Amino acid sequence: MSTTTADTHPPATPNAITPAKKWSYNPNKVAHTLEKLGLGYFSPFARLAGRDEPAKQIRTIAQNTFLPLLAFAIFLFGWQLCSGTVATDSQKIPSPGETWDAWNGMLAFSAAEKAKEAAYYQSLEERVARFSAMASEARAAGNTGRAETIERRIAKEEAKVYQGTTTFFDQIGISILTISVGFLIATLIAVPLGILCGLSPLVNTALNPLIQLFKPVSPLAWFPIVFVFTTWGIDQPPASSIWQRALFTSAGVVTLCSLWPTLVNTAVGVASIDKDHLNVAKALKLGWLKRIWKIILPASLPLIFTGLRVSIGVGWMVLVAADMMAQNQGLGKFVWDMYQNGDTASTAQIIIAVFFIGGIGFLLDRIMLVFQRLVTFEEQTI
Amino acid sequence: MAYFECIHLGKTYKTPQGDAVIVEDFNLKIEQGEFVCIIGHSGCGKSTVLSMVAGLNEISQGTVVLGEREINGAGPDRGVVFQAPCLLPWMTAYENVMLGVDQVYYHATKEERRQVATYYLAMVGLAGSMHKHPGELSGGMRQRVGLARAFALSPKMLLLDEPFGMLDKLTKFDLQQVLLDLWNRERLTAMMVTHDVDEAIYLADRIVMMTNGPAAGIGDILSIKFERPRDRAEIMDTSQFYDYRDYLIDFLENRAASAALEVA
Ligand SMILES: Nc1ncnc2c1ncn2[C@@H]1O[C@H](COP(=O)(O)OP(=O)(O)O)[C@@H](O)[C@H]1O
Ligand SMILES: [Mg+2]
Repeated sequence: MSTTTADTHPPATPNAITPAKKWSYNPNKVAHTLEKLGLGYFSPFARLAGRDEPAKQIRTIAQNTFLPLLAFAIFLFGWQLCSGTVATDSQKIPSPGETWDAWNGMLAFSAAEKAKEAAYYQSLEERVARFSAMASEARAAGNTGRAETIERRIAKEEAKVYQGTTTFFDQIGISILTISVGFLIATLIAVPLGILCGLSPLVNTALNPLIQLFKPVSPLAWFPIVFVFTTWGIDQPPASSIWQRALFTSAGVVTLCSLWPTLVNTAVGVASIDKDHLNVAKALKLGWLKRIWKIILPASLPLIFTGLRVSIGVGWMVLVAADMMAQNQGLGKFVWDMYQNGDTASTAQIIIAVFFIGGIGFLLDRIMLVFQRLVTFEEQTI
Repeated sequence: MAYFECIHLGKTYKTPQGDAVIVEDFNLKIEQGEFVCIIGHSGCGKSTVLSMVAGLNEISQGTVVLGEREINGAGPDRGVVFQAPCLLPWMTAYENVMLGVDQVYYHATKEERRQVATYYLAMVGLAGSMHKHPGELSGGMRQRVGLARAFALSPKMLLLDEPFGMLDKLTKFDLQQVLLDLWNRERLTAMMVTHDVDEAIYLADRIVMMTNGPAAGIGDILSIKFERPRDRAEIMDTSQFYDYRDYLIDFLENRAASAALEVA
């Protein structure tokens, strides 16, 4: 046998020993990884660290830094101009400076609120400790009845929760929780349904009109309908629970608005799988579960994630409106409450909320982008 | 009855212009352990025949019998290697082979199955790269995985459709060697489509020459009498090789178009 390529090892030595390679910094690889993670801004830094065309990298960094900064400066200038002119009887557009003050106020308020909460629990603990001491004293004295009374009191105390004001940051947390629930439900509905549509032209024909009909519906229209469902199906939990009915109403609206892009993309992804890949499944006579799990799902993952990325964007956009309607303690409620206040300071807080809504939306998109890139396999060319 | 047999096999496509008869009355017997190559002009219907045997293309007329049973659809009792390796890009070479092994050796333990997949990957020279994804492998290496995947099924029959058609000459020689080494060990019954006359002579026991379409069939069959195991250089030193070659080329150039009439 006369083989010539280097990658032909005799089968006797299955694990060819590769010489230990010393770790070395590969700027190109690091830069690519950064780009893959959606952190393309930092890739010229990585290249610069590896002395890869330093002049070019510095130029790129300067461009990528100063151009956005310049645009932002122009934006701030425009904002400042507005704040001097756009005014009603009761309020005006707050200036960037006033907004910054409002932001500091929000930080201080939240810190004070947290301190109050800590103090509340501290005094609660102290009380419980005192009662416990009294209870054991009573027990030692042989007065069981009194000890039990005190113990019941302790249990009551321990069940108490702090009823403070929800801060802006709590509301951000609730919003993220709400979209997580809504998005999860949307995914659990859209992906299996999309696979069905992609696999079966009959199912697709059956569902397509419904999909086209419901896809463009506004969250404001869905809200009353979802509201009936959640009121019917979910018991109002105690006020201390974070799983409020309003959260599910809001999440339901998110689900109904955001499941369509995933559904459509999944269906397209499944329907357009490479025929060669399906032939592999056919030639091996894979069972339907294995066919879906090993072939269909991985092959359509890139498109599914494209859909999921659009979905989460839509979901986040819709969430603020849904929160307002459902009075769910999220960012939408925050904006609504501030709007009700109707003064300049409150408008400044709304502007802060706008920045946060945008920032979180951007972050969610980036997270999905990373997932999308991770599941996109390298296509084989031959 | 032969181990493998195509009986009056035919393929007709319905087209807007009416029925297009691609293959008609294709009759071929293959003995167990025999290596048969099919040559013919591009578009004559070689792939059509092979994919019908593989069960990936519907049979219009006739039947195919393999191991005393009429084939009905595709199945892992036939190991198929196409021109494109058709690996699943989201799986490593090992996982690609394992997919089939799991399917065929479902009664074996996980460790036994692992050994089967590893053995065949080592046999095709991929011991060191079996945990790479197809995207990280060269075209030749991918086709090695394709061969390992087909052999690892221990199929009743091997079906190859121009498996080396997209490779450069050197890589092609390597892979022909890999294929022949594996085949020498296992002596699987094989049917391989190729348009490379030298490749056919080097690999086959018999070469089936197909007439041009439409309604293509078998024009002639040539037995290759070289002893096995074969050595490429040795074979190419004989005048016999060039006689075979001339015969095949003469068929393709002069007889393929008219042979159909001749037979009829
Ligand atoms: N779906 C189809 N409908 C009509 N004609 C087809 C179809 N698929 C293949 N053909 C025709 O069948 C003939 C044989 O194709 P093929 O078997 O791939 O040829 P070969 O492999 O010998 O090059 C070709 O002329 C092709 O145009
Ligand atoms: Mg072909």
